[in-house]
Amino acid sequence: MQSAVDAALAAIASAGDSAALKQVRTEHTGEKSALALLNAELRNVPNEQKAVLGKLVGGARGRVNQAFTAREAEIVEAEAAAQLEAEAVDVTALPSRFTPGARHPLSLLQDRVCDVFTGMGWEIAEGPEVESEWFNFDALNFDADHPARAMQDTFFVDPPEAHLVMRTHTSPVQIRSMLEREVPLYVLAPGRVYRTDEFDATHLPVFMQFEGVAVDKGLTMAHLKGTLDHFVKAIFGDEAKIRLRPSFFPFTEPSAELDFWHPTFKGGARWIEWGGCGMMHPNVLKAAGIDPEVYTGFAFGMGVERGLMLRSDVQDMREMVEGDVRFSQQFGMVV
Amino acid sequence: MRVPLSWLAEYVELIPGTTPEDVHAALVKVGLEEEDVHTFELEGPIVVGEVLEFVEEPQTNGKTIRWCTVRVAPDGETAADGGDAVHGIVCGARNFFVGDKVVVTLPGAVLPGPFPIAARKTYGHLSDGMIASARELGLGDDHEGILRLSTLGIDAPVGTDAITLLGLDDAAIEINVTPDRGYAFSIRGVAREYAHATGARFRDPVEQSKPADASGDAFPVEIRDDAPIRGRVGSAVFATRVVRGVDPARPTPAWMIARLKLAGIRSISVLVDITNYVMLELGQPIHGYDLDALRGGIVVRRATPGERLITLDGKERTLHVEDLVVTDDRGPIGLGGVMGGSETEMGESTSNVLIEAANWDPVSIARTARRHKLPSEAAKRYERGVDPEIAAVAVTRVAQLMADLAGGTADTGGSLIHEAPVREAIMLPRGFVSNLIGVEYTDDEVHDALAEIGGVVTVVDDGFTVLPPSWRPDLTGREELAEEVARLVGYHRIPSVLPVAPPGRGLTRSQRLRRQTADVLAGAGSTEVLSFPFATADENARYGSADGSAVASVRLANALDQSTPFLRRSLLPGLIGAARRNRSRGLNDLDLFEIGLVFLPEAGRTYGSAELPVGDAKPSDETLAALDAGIPPQPRHLGVLLVGDLVTKQPGRVAEPVGIADALDAVRRVVLATGAELEVVQGAHQALHPGRTAELRVGGQTVGYAGELLPALALELDLPRVVAVAELDLDAVIAATEPAVEARPIGTLPAATQDLSLVVGADAPAADVAAAVREGAGELLEHLHLVDDYRGSGVPEGSKSLTFALRFRARDRTLTAAEASDAKNAGAALASERFGAVIRA
Repeated sequence: MQSAVDAALAAIASAGDSAALKQVRTEHTGEKSALALLNAELRNVPNEQKAVLGKLVGGARGRVNQAFTAREAEIVEAEAAAQLEAEAVDVTALPSRFTPGARHPLSLLQDRVCDVFTGMGWEIAEGPEVESEWFNFDALNFDADHPARAMQDTFFVDPPEAHLVMRTHTSPVQIRSMLEREVPLYVLAPGRVYRTDEFDATHLPVFMQFEGVAVDKGLTMAHLKGTLDHFVKAIFGDEAKIRLRPSFFPFTEPSAELDFWHPTFKGGARWIEWGGCGMMHPNVLKAAGIDPEVYTGFAFGMGVERGLMLRSDVQDMREMVEGDVRFSQQFGMVV
Repeated sequence: MRVPLSWLAEYVELIPGTTPEDVHAALVKVGLEEEDVHTFELEGPIVVGEVLEFVEEPQTNGKTIRWCTVRVAPDGETAADGGDAVHGIVCGARNFFVGDKVVVTLPGAVLPGPFPIAARKTYGHLSDGMIASARELGLGDDHEGILRLSTLGIDAPVGTDAITLLGLDDAAIEINVTPDRGYAFSIRGVAREYAHATGARFRDPVEQSKPADASGDAFPVEIRDDAPIRGRVGSAVFATRVVRGVDPARPTPAWMIARLKLAGIRSISVLVDITNYVMLELGQPIHGYDLDALRGGIVVRRATPGERLITLDGKERTLHVEDLVVTDDRGPIGLGGVMGGSETEMGESTSNVLIEAANWDPVSIARTARRHKLPSEAAKRYERGVDPEIAAVAVTRVAQLMADLAGGTADTGGSLIHEAPVREAIMLPRGFVSNLIGVEYTDDEVHDALAEIGGVVTVVDDGFTVLPPSWRPDLTGREELAEEVARLVGYHRIPSVLPVAPPGRGLTRSQRLRRQTADVLAGAGSTEVLSFPFATADENARYGSADGSAVASVRLANALDQSTPFLRRSLLPGLIGAARRNRSRGLNDLDLFEIGLVFLPEAGRTYGSAELPVGDAKPSDETLAALDAGIPPQPRHLGVLLVGDLVTKQPGRVAEPVGIADALDAVRRVVLATGAELEVVQGAHQALHPGRTAELRVGGQTVGYAGELLPALALELDLPRVVAVAELDLDAVIAATEPAVEARPIGTLPAATQDLSLVVGADAPAADVAAAVREGAGELLEHLHLVDDYRGSGVPEGSKSLTFALRFRARDRTLTAAEASDAKNAGAALASERFGAVIRA
């Protein structure tokens, strides 16, 4: 019996994996094993010896089973560890289904601008890009023969007698908003606009603007300045500043150019022109059926491309419109 | 407008040492924006020299040079370059004589170019400097020979600094003049603005020239405008003065040439130079006629049909009945306010001159200048408004200069027609300016600012009445006056106050879903592009309709690129262009999308409005509706294009090339982002692969297509054979979505899953078979998806076996296998009824 136990313990100890251990178990504890046969022999042992022998055999089988359980735990643990080791990968070289998509940074910036204004309670309005000359010019106090109209470098729809143009600015949305909405109104109108500028590093014939318009009782130029101040700080941080300079636009009086200052401009902190603004001309309010004796309004317009150039140091405007994926993918979803 | 500083300083106090940058900085505060600075770009030593002697030396190249001895400093003194008082200089010109005073650029000097001067060996001599021509100094175009100072009427001691002598040390600032400030197209106007900006003392140049008395023997002039535009007579002011006995060959003084040059005007002759000079100084365009070439008196009228005129630029022009013409007995001799005629222009033989200074209607001039493409200096000023009170002063100023510089004698009298409308004073209520600007201006500030710009300000009970100055036709209302106060006091005084808007509703549903669509597509690996919406006729024909029927396009009258005069009907050409550009730069695997407007006029419809509403009142609702109805439809589309590999080859993974399935995945992302219920059916599109085209529908309405470009088309475009695309009307998709999602309860009892294989005809759309199974199985069927499409052995020819995985669940009980099987069989039965489907064992 002792030799059978010794043989079983030796076999258990030398079993290297779960398959070998299973084999050992069959051989040393199965029905044909020496210990099983000894156990079976107990039937033939006289009764007075049964207790002693039975205890001996039971103890032997218990020792073997105990050794087996212990070895089994060792092997399971070793095998699990081996599997983990085998499953190790180079995390820097894994295959991927991910491809880097991107929003266009101009769209992202435009969205951010909209968010700043909706955050102040303003609403976002849109209008057609092929527009009636009345909305694009006449209603905005551009006299048909005024040099300001010629300065706009307008794309005309054929035939010109139909008085349709590619909108030269987002300002026609001012008129549409005033016609469609109740005063007081605070509206931002982003969108594409068109000028017959040649396509080069600093000019685009198609570009993006956003137009702000507010009409309310008691609005002043100070409110215009406050709005623009808040806006540039929201987009560019608290260090950003603005300055207004006298200028001329047919649809505002007084009018101003908006200069923008930031300490981190490439080439040093300085004033850079970023758009036009002013108090809405009474003729514009009248064209939209609003009484200028009761209400005043302000309006401003800025270019999104310019904003992106200032913000991200884009040197060549053509990169913004060529559709080279590398340009947008630099930004991803963040501008 | 370019303003030489020496000229500016004549009419406004400039502190010595004031730089062009200082002047720019001051003017920008009052609204005259900085553009540029112009100088002669010369560096000394450049001095007056005297030719002492020269020897002519013929050269082997056929030229003859002169080896000159030139005195450049008084005897016994050192020259300005530190060398001897007499220099030896080689000169190629031969237009001078011994004893001539000339301009010598000594070694160390720099001419524009930059062209540095040094002593150099040439033609066998050491040439110690250069004798300069007028062109080399930047004074003019004359390069026929060197500049002899006597031709400018100048004699100065040898060694004198020629840069100062000739006014070449001056500099001009260039400013951008906004269209309302016509008066800033003059030294007078800019000097006044500089005074506003700095407080420096302004002296009005008008004060130096008193208008002549109108006299009976003055030159006869008649204004006969039978067809005023908008009720405004073509010329309300017309002043003339005769100057006799001028010498047209007199040299224009160097200072005048230099100032004109800096102002951007070339010197022509003393007579012409004087008219240009006075125009720049006063802002009043001047025309000078050769008096002896005139036949009879002058009549100003509108042109008659077919009348012709050869203008000063030598072009013969057919006139329009709206054009204003100056005529004499023979007919038109000038295009009024725009350009004179060549027959009566001042020339080399002119001895008597008729000077004209008129005021022309801005609208007439603007139209004529545009019609004849003649944006002349005169037209530019009249369009923006010229001071109607200055004409008589201007002719006097010209007459004085012609007397002083060209030896003429002015007639004592002149003619003056002055019928400019009398302007009315503007009522400016007290507090109006403060309320508009948001600054508490004192009454004194308002009064003083408006008086300073030249207004006549009267204090009345409740405010002021203000008669604007004659040179400010733009000041027509109290808002304009408010701007004057604000800018003179300074825009920096305006505080920053954030207005509180009423609570808003945030983005509209459409704006929100569009943004979400773009974000979802980008998040899934697609890159947004923004293409120009210009298209060729072919592109619109090919992509602008599915079935190839004739389509209408919006055409631009003045396209930049003549090959793309149309507006796009489809986003695909732009995406294809972007794909081609990326591939030409070595970027081959592309997943692009664009969201933008397309322009879809209906064939056979006329758009636009022949007449526009006039006046500053709100048009009627009908008029506004008609304007809107005249605008062609411009829906917002979404386009997608994929080419190359969607997943590139990587360790342990093969490349996955793109195909129609990827275009449809993009469409599914739109469904995800918008909540649209979008149906995909087999479709056809002329630009797409006939077997690989999906039509996209919402509520039974076609909203777009997805598929692969026709392979032949792709190859023609220099793209790989497979280009997956999709385009849909995003506005229509979003418009069809429900405003809120209605949630169904989620069952939590155990599910029963079963597979179902159905043999159907190979052409039966799987989606339709699935729909039949779904419908037949009823509400117990929670989910179904196609797991296999098998064709081959065991399945009859012309058939396919579709295997669906089905998941059943009841809300109130655990389903038995038998219940699930019954539902499955009911689904199979309906598929059998509709498509002859047979359950495959």
